[in-house]
Amino acid sequence: MFGNSTLTEFIFGRLSWQAIPYHEPILVVTFAAVVLGGIALLALITRYKLWGYLWTEWFTSVDHKKIGVMYIVLAIIMLLRGFADAIMMRIQQAIAFNGNEGYLNPHHYDQIFTAHGVIMIFFVAMPFVTGFMNYVVPLQIGARDVSFPFLNNFSFWMTTAGAIIIMMSLFVGEFARTGWLAYPPLSGADYSPGVGVDYYIWGLQVAGVGTTLSGINLIATIVKMRAPGMTFMKMPVFTWTSLCTNILIVATFPILTATLALLSLDRYVGTNFFTNDLGGNPMMYVNLIWIWGHPEVYILVLPAFGIFSEVVATFSGKRLFGYASMVYATCVIMILSYIVWLHHFFTMGAGASVNAFFGITTMIISIPTGAKMFNWLFTMYRGRIRYELPMYWTIGFMVTFVIGGMTGVMLAIPPADFVLHNSLFLIAHFHNVIIGGVLFGLMAGIVYWWPKAFGYKLDPFWGKMSFWFWQIGFFVAFMPLYVLGLMGVTRRVSQFEDPSLQIWFIIAAFGAFLIAIGIASFIIQLVVSFLKRDQLRDNSGDPWDGRTLEWSTSSPPPDYNFAFTPVVHDHDSWYDMKRRGYERPLGGFKQIHMPRNTGTGLILAALSVALAFGMIWYMWWLAILSFVAMLAVAIGHTFNYNRDFYIPAETVTTTEDARSELLAERT
Amino acid sequence: MASNIQAQDTDKPEFYLTEEHHPEGSTMLGFWLYLMSDCLIFATLFATHGVLGRSYAAGPSPADLFNLPLVAVNTAMLLLSSITYGFAMLQMERNAKTETLFWLGVTGVFGAIFLGLELYEFIHLIHEGAGPTRSAFLSSFFTLVGTHGLHVTFGIIWLITLMVQVSMRGLIPENRRRLMCLSMFWHFLDVIWIGVFSFVYLLGVLG
Amino acid sequence: MQSLIKFVGRLFLFVSFPALAGCNLVVMSPSGDIAVQQRDLIVVSTVLMLLIIVPVIFLTLFFAWRYRSSNTSAPYDPEWHHSTRLEVIIWSAPLAIIIALGAVTWISTHKLDPYRPLDRLDAERAIPAEAKPLTVEVVALDWKWLFLYPDYGIATVNEIAAPVDVPINFKITASSMMNSFYVPALAGMIYAMPGMQTRLHAVMNEQGEYEGLSTNYSGDGFSHMRFKFHGLQQAGFDEWVARVKAQGTALSRDAYLKLEKPSAREPVRYFASVENGLFDAILNMCARPGQMCMSEMMHIDMAGGGGAESHDNRAKLEYDNRHADDAAHGEAAPGATFPATGNPARSPEPAKGIDAPHQPTETPIQQNMHEGHTTPGSAPGGPAAPQMNQGTTQP
Repeated sequence: MFGNSTLTEFIFGRLSWQAIPYHEPILVVTFAAVVLGGIALLALITRYKLWGYLWTEWFTSVDHKKIGVMYIVLAIIMLLRGFADAIMMRIQQAIAFNGNEGYLNPHHYDQIFTAHGVIMIFFVAMPFVTGFMNYVVPLQIGARDVSFPFLNNFSFWMTTAGAIIIMMSLFVGEFARTGWLAYPPLSGADYSPGVGVDYYIWGLQVAGVGTTLSGINLIATIVKMRAPGMTFMKMPVFTWTSLCTNILIVATFPILTATLALLSLDRYVGTNFFTNDLGGNPMMYVNLIWIWGHPEVYILVLPAFGIFSEVVATFSGKRLFGYASMVYATCVIMILSYIVWLHHFFTMGAGASVNAFFGITTMIISIPTGAKMFNWLFTMYRGRIRYELPMYWTIGFMVTFVIGGMTGVMLAIPPADFVLHNSLFLIAHFHNVIIGGVLFGLMAGIVYWWPKAFGYKLDPFWGKMSFWFWQIGFFVAFMPLYVLGLMGVTRRVSQFEDPSLQIWFIIAAFGAFLIAIGIASFIIQLVVSFLKRDQLRDNSGDPWDGRTLEWSTSSPPPDYNFAFTPVVHDHDSWYDMKRRGYERPLGGFKQIHMPRNTGTGLILAALSVALAFGMIWYMWWLAILSFVAMLAVAIGHTFNYNRDFYIPAETVTTTEDARSELLAERT
Repeated sequence: MASNIQAQDTDKPEFYLTEEHHPEGSTMLGFWLYLMSDCLIFATLFATHGVLGRSYAAGPSPADLFNLPLVAVNTAMLLLSSITYGFAMLQMERNAKTETLFWLGVTGVFGAIFLGLELYEFIHLIHEGAGPTRSAFLSSFFTLVGTHGLHVTFGIIWLITLMVQVSMRGLIPENRRRLMCLSMFWHFLDVIWIGVFSFVYLLGVLG
Repeated sequence: MQSLIKFVGRLFLFVSFPALAGCNLVVMSPSGDIAVQQRDLIVVSTVLMLLIIVPVIFLTLFFAWRYRSSNTSAPYDPEWHHSTRLEVIIWSAPLAIIIALGAVTWISTHKLDPYRPLDRLDAERAIPAEAKPLTVEVVALDWKWLFLYPDYGIATVNEIAAPVDVPINFKITASSMMNSFYVPALAGMIYAMPGMQTRLHAVMNEQGEYEGLSTNYSGDGFSHMRFKFHGLQQAGFDEWVARVKAQGTALSRDAYLKLEKPSAREPVRYFASVENGLFDAILNMCARPGQMCMSEMMHIDMAGGGGAESHDNRAKLEYDNRHADDAAHGEAAPGATFPATGNPARSPEPAKGIDAPHQPTETPIQQNMHEGHTTPGSAPGGPAAPQMNQGTTQP
């Protein structure tokens, strides 16, 4: 008997049937839905014999465009999960009054708000942003691919692996109940002994590898792969913001990695970094995590700023106002974002001078941000604004974001923060900037670059539906939270006592449902547009009268992006080319050197899921085995010297001739 | 198109290259960026040690634990391995495969001795009851030094892999590039170790 | 100036949020002087920023309308992209606002530093020379609040009272989790952290019953970590003290250790007497007999550590893992997940191990904690890792 249980423990670690939450009806239904949906999806793929296609054309692809698209698909899927969490929280808070405990006990509710934060930041916003940078940057700088195409594929799969680890926690075990930054001592081994925090740590660590590597990759790409003539001050603004974002990634994600590693040592080995006792210092964790965490905010918002800059110039039919000051503003924000982290915990009791210093540096960030706002404003001035979908999102952003900026500066004043910190006012503030800033930017980016990626525009009716429901839903959902914050209501509470609060939570829940309609409209928009793709088709490659290089090639672009590498003379280079009578080359094509596809990235990522699972459940044999396997696969990969091939000149000629015909049809 | 053509813009410059464009290699830049990100991990660990380095939890302090002569020998091993790696690179420049492999092997041996001494030190400390769970100071000490040691371990695995590859394929451009990367990595670890030796061991014992 | 701020504040309240006139925006209409000043800051900064926000929103909408593509009468200048004069304005306008706000921030942060003793009762009244401030020691427990009144030798759980117009000095700590002590009507919040003491100086100016709560998430029972703050006249306060003394029990270390165990929705409790030095012991994480105090540990560390032969100190300093240890003595293993045990990870049920050192049969005081916890008959090798002995170990 004893020997038997030792064996079981050896094989399964702390995993047992009890870890499967079959007594939670919500999870059982979700699980059933996921399983049925998954089986249906797999069956469809098998039925239409798509496995080979998916494997060779997508999963193993090192093409930055396909990887970019896969990143965004991942982000959209995870958005649905993260938003489901949001809706559940809104419902719980709307009904849990007057002794009614709601339908979620604290144990479940605490997992949901943690998962919501983690998923929305790490697995929605980050893949969205990385996806756009991947797709757009090489096209904007006139490159064939990124600097390290294999690494790019590997990064994507590591991000996906992280998402899978987080999703597993839904059905096997539990997720962290600590809030999205997992402050110790609560997240330490003694106060959170279950697997939740381990899922959190491993999900973020695995995804973090992908994020850091993709940051390195994109910096190298932007620095080294620009088309001839494209000096730094001739780079498109989106490329500039991408550069700054990736510098931020490379300069901050290692800190997150190290911090989480220290937390794991505390949990696995029993070290005393963040414990209360034996000299540990939980405040150090809070500092370290925010030294990463604050730049992270700018990692998300800078690319969105870049998207708005492209959109506003394109649809105003005008050069961006103050290109140079836009670039400087971006760089200033990048640098300042490192010296503001303490504003996340003014209430920890640092001295007045320290608090005031960090408060003022925080406010200083609003100067370059304000300058950017004015630059967009004066780009519209004396323009001819075409109200296509991306412009809707941009105007929506400009009106919404300034409110979030204003409340942000209020929170930056330490004594004001003492009454607003951790309140729903804070929640309203950061959703105001993340939805109004980042998410609106990403939505603008999707409708803006969709025709480039797929060759047809997105349906405008459902796009406008989506925009208005998001915009109005946002205000209905979050303005009540500002009010509640001023009523002294704090975050992460699952049950309330004061009945006068309830009406505000009901309004907020209603707003969340409006946003749900907005998301549904977005999905419908994608489906409808796909069905109507022939009507919405754009053969020109330049549906918006664009200004940057990605619009000079076909939609979707060929594998090699550009038959001949473009030469750049101006920062609106495609506009410049059109203006000065550029003629598309029609012959003389040469063979093109391209990287070869590989499945190594996917295999390594799959093994890292196994490694993480083994570590989370104390199945040490599995962890060791997968680690050794990873090492072997990685080393094996380096023995493959045959990593590239040539697209023959004939293929290039055929592709380009086909495009010539399409272009001729148009006129 | 809505573009209005102005007089001075009628000149038509070249808008594309008809020759294949070869951007300069980005491997070195990429690897350098990786090293910087790694450096930040060490920076975090150093900062942690800076905060916790004197939290002995009423337990032993560096003066009670560290055997400076041993650490000095250890440091010498790592520094020597950096020099021998330099010799290997010089031989690579001369295109001398066997000599390159020889010096790489010597580097690996020095690295292994370094690791062995470090392991001996760790085991000795744990045996004395001064393991990583004893106090915050020891946690940060073991983690900082251990992370460095882990890097050296992977460096040695990488070194062996490269030796196999060089002996299989010779000093082809790919292998030269890889040797350059490993060279940067190896010297980087040396620099980190100098930081560890001065701030953790010397300052710990003397400061 | 003060009345102007008040006026603008009212204006802000009733103009910006007409719908809110009826509800209780406690942050915007507090009853303690510190919170009032913090409210004023919110108002001032909002007004300052609206100076720039309102024109931006207006211009956005105006430009968006005026330069729409269908309006061909509006000027169109596709090449216009630079104007030094405008650039100077768009950088200096926010700069000017931030200089003003920065000055306000620097001054107010120092003036409203929670560690700084008060210098006034409210805008009109200075602190009377003979006024003796009330000291309240606050301990955030899992998941309830313990308040000690060293001047009166009493303590309460989840209820706090103070006379109006008397400065209050809070000394704040926690037993295990980071929490945040916040009475919105009184003053801003400050973290409560184990092993550390934060401070808050505040004064209540109006009589009444106010909400207090923890504003930093600390686990399962966090939602109910609420308490009432009673602002009373001096006579009422004296009466309240008398009532606590009359109804309360004694708060010994023993009673504290029972109280400290995780529990939620605790009712109000009174303690008529408090064992000497209890707050200090809680703060130094040595309320349990046999524990070494943080202060002593720091003293040893300052002197260069405890030397190579200080193994015993480790056990005396272990604090966090007491919950895991309990499990080794018959509680459900906390290493398992929630579904496995049916308990939240930190079970609110009384843990058996904790009381062991106080049983009369055991405990010379220096006894190391592991020994103190070991119940006779359990395996001599010491507790296994908790997740390994699920369902196997019985005391």
